[in-house]
Amino acid sequence: MDKTMELEIFRYRPEQDSEPTFQTYEVPFHTEWVILDAVNYIKDEIDGTLSYRWSCRMGVCGSCGMMVNGVPKLTCAAFLKDYTGKIRIEPLEGFPVERDLIFSMDDFIAKLKSVKPWIIRKEGEDKPLEEGEYLQTPRQLVEYQQYTMCINCMLCYAACPVYAHDNTFLGPAAIALGQRYNMDSRDQGRDQRQEAIASHEGIWQCTFVGECSAVCPKDVDPAGAIQRAKVASTIDYFKELLLPWGKKS
Amino acid sequence: MSVRHDVVIVGGGGAGLRAAIAIAETNPSLSVAVVSKVYPMRSHTVAAEGGAAAVIKDNDSLEDHFRDTVGGSDWLADQDAVELFVNEAPAEMIQLEHWGCPWSREPDGTVAVRPFGGMNIERTWFASDKTGFHMLHALYQTSLKYSPIVSYDESFATKILVENGRCQGVSALDLRTGKVETILASALILCTGGAGRVFPFTTNGAINTGDGMAMAYRAGVPLKDMEFIQYHPTGLPGTGILITEASRGEGGILVNKDGYRYLQDYDLGKPVQVTDPEHPVKKSMELGPRDRLSQAFVKEMERGRTIPGPHGDFVLLDLRHLGEKKIDKKLPFVRELAKNYAGIDPVYEPIPVRPVIHYIMGGVDTDTDSATSLLGLFAAGEVACVSINGANRLGSNSLTELLVFGARAGRAAAIFATQNPDLDVEALEKQGADEQDRIARDFIRKEGGTERIATLRREMNETMESGAGIYRSERSLRDTCDKLMELRQRFSNLLIEDRSLTFNTELTSALELDFMLDVALAIGQSALARTESRGSHQRTDHPDRDDENFLKHSLAFHTDDGVRIGYKDVVITKWPPQERVYGK
Ligand SMILES: Cc1cc2nc3c(=O)[nH]c(=O)nc-3n(C[C@H](O)[C@H](O)[C@H](O)COP(=O)(O)OP(=O)(O)OC[C@H]3O[C@@H](n4cnc5c(N)ncnc54)[C@H](O)[C@@H]3O)c2cc1C
Ligand code: SF4
Ligand code: FES
Repeated sequence: MDKTMELEIFRYRPEQDSEPTFQTYEVPFHTEWVILDAVNYIKDEIDGTLSYRWSCRMGVCGSCGMMVNGVPKLTCAAFLKDYTGKIRIEPLEGFPVERDLIFSMDDFIAKLKSVKPWIIRKEGEDKPLEEGEYLQTPRQLVEYQQYTMCINCMLCYAACPVYAHDNTFLGPAAIALGQRYNMDSRDQGRDQRQEAIASHEGIWQCTFVGECSAVCPKDVDPAGAIQRAKVASTIDYFKELLLPWGKKS
Repeated sequence: MSVRHDVVIVGGGGAGLRAAIAIAETNPSLSVAVVSKVYPMRSHTVAAEGGAAAVIKDNDSLEDHFRDTVGGSDWLADQDAVELFVNEAPAEMIQLEHWGCPWSREPDGTVAVRPFGGMNIERTWFASDKTGFHMLHALYQTSLKYSPIVSYDESFATKILVENGRCQGVSALDLRTGKVETILASALILCTGGAGRVFPFTTNGAINTGDGMAMAYRAGVPLKDMEFIQYHPTGLPGTGILITEASRGEGGILVNKDGYRYLQDYDLGKPVQVTDPEHPVKKSMELGPRDRLSQAFVKEMERGRTIPGPHGDFVLLDLRHLGEKKIDKKLPFVRELAKNYAGIDPVYEPIPVRPVIHYIMGGVDTDTDSATSLLGLFAAGEVACVSINGANRLGSNSLTELLVFGARAGRAAAIFATQNPDLDVEALEKQGADEQDRIARDFIRKEGGTERIATLRREMNETMESGAGIYRSERSLRDTCDKLMELRQRFSNLLIEDRSLTFNTELTSALELDFMLDVALAIGQSALARTESRGSHQRTDHPDRDDENFLKHSLAFHTDDGVRIGYKDVVITKWPPQERVYGK
């Protein structure tokens, strides 16, 4: 027989399983296969009951994140050939499991909304469409561009020790996306976002472990975003402290 | 039991989200439901790379965009629709800029534009080479600020509810609970995207299974121009991952096994040197339209001048002369994809590519307000056929189409819903309960089948490729239609192993296959009936365009005895059909 590989996959069906179990499957080995191909092979040819999320299989829709041998990975961008021995596949850590490899996204969606991830303009300062685009130089674009690359894949949450310990933490991607708008030259809504970002559940909980940036498949560098937000908020703090005093003189 | 909204949108991709925002802005008192089988930011709009076309620069004109689009369509586009499309495109794109889309810029801060295939001038806006991704996230994140928009994420629509001759809602399977919900509304907008997964080798994601087309078709709405399927000339062999046309817009060239720019042999103009400032010449050679480039590949293969590989023959897309700096600035995603999925760094080596199923020009028949023939039912985006794309879509017109017609659909549905508030609730709830029973009986509790979903799907894919690909004939299409009929029979013997109500993805795969079989047959029968060659529809037994008989849209109707094909006239307002010329 041609070369094969073994995948040991986390199974949990809430209606029938009181606890999760692991099930091992043997799949053919192809050098060009990503882990997602192997999982699809299992679903198509061996066991139709395995459930997981995927769509684009080109690393951009963000739906196929799983723990692979304990490390958060996009399974459509992780190749079988880079692993030896039995590969262990689990749902991304830190989230409630719905079934098999599918975890709940509810918490993230709520957090994303809380940072107001949209352009906010001051009352009456909207530019009418007839006047064309807002001007933004390539340099101004670069300021926030990195943070726009987030595909919401949740790998950074799965890697974050703070979130694992306390899931009230806003978390890497939501903070990075808040920063994305704060740093966009078209935006004027930073004050409105501070409520979520500079709160106790926001940036201050981060102990700067940097695991989030290490696992991010899109080089968003959420840890860097959190650092920049901290620095900016500290400046705010001093401004608030100094300004009334400064005004007096 | 049912839930009630004013408008329900099925699909949370570019078209669906644009429609939702349009409704919220038209009439904030209307409640809007967005039902999507995946979280909206997973929708396949996310995969679009190259850009979105709209006239913005002083050296460009609406008339030119109109002509490029109509000529590109091989005169099958409706000219009233195209005119409206090019007129409304710039404001829609600026609107998206105001919503935060990170468009690439010129040094002076204005948006940048790049050349694209079949367009006579640079008019394609881009956000690096992740345009669809950025557009989708900008739309999704912006949609979060509108409180009337209620999302039904991971909810799978199974059937359109029609009562009293009016569409009044949809049945949708909540994936988390397995419950089939009855979602009632005065208007419904289908924005379910394309159907590339009917074929084996495609740039489309797993979710592009033509669900909305099949649902509309089953509800009595015709599918228009289904025989027109676009092959994109440059997909990675094996995976079908797209290498965007922007790589040719930026100056990439296509060569055969001898390093020869073979497109010059196929009536696409003469090559100019890559070092010549004229290169790349618009509407010529590598910047010809997709149908012609994909057809040239097949001819080149027949001449034995392509390169054989484990996943079929290929040619080479050479970007090396662009240099690392330009590639990283303009095409970073291309570099990432080629490195990851082909093991090739385009800075140093040419990329192997072959034609790949990419886009369906056909779809649910709509008018310019995105309305269908069924009262209360609208459709926009790739699921719909207005038609601005005719027999061949020009690259970068689709993303813009999502905005223009998504917004139009939203506005028209908002008005319709306001004027038609009353619903036949009791009858609809009965229909909803019947649909829940059908799903339980035919799928979740189904006993004793033997056919694997994957087997039927594979056989469907194979027969579509062999019979309804780049070149077709009566013989090949008849074989394909016969095979599809056989698969439909075998579908009733489907094996279902998963009895669970929680995220039963075997059930959704079965429902998708069910939809795809309908869509595939509509494609096959429409192609069989069109005995001419036009744009992407090339019949080896009828090689010429026949305006006398086929300057018409095909309409595929669902009947108890299968597909019935009818026709309707193309709207020609100002530019009568001519010969399609490129490279001159
Ligand atoms: C790789 C790639 C690159 C492309 N590049 C370009 C480009 O550069 N320029 C350009 O103009 N065009 C491009 N296109 C084409 C363009 O991206 C698509 O036509 C367009 O994005 C389709 O958008 P949509 O909103 O119609 O559908 P999608 O974005 O596909 O969204 C469909 C939605 O419908 C939902 N849905 C489907 N079925 C159901 C159901 N049964 N129940 C509930 N929800 C359902 C899905 O969840 C999803 O939210 C590209 C296409 C591909 C595949
Ligand atoms: S920041 Fe990176 S790891 Fe986190 S969700 Fe975004 S893309 Fe994924
Ligand atoms: S399947 Fe879309 S990111 Fe992996």
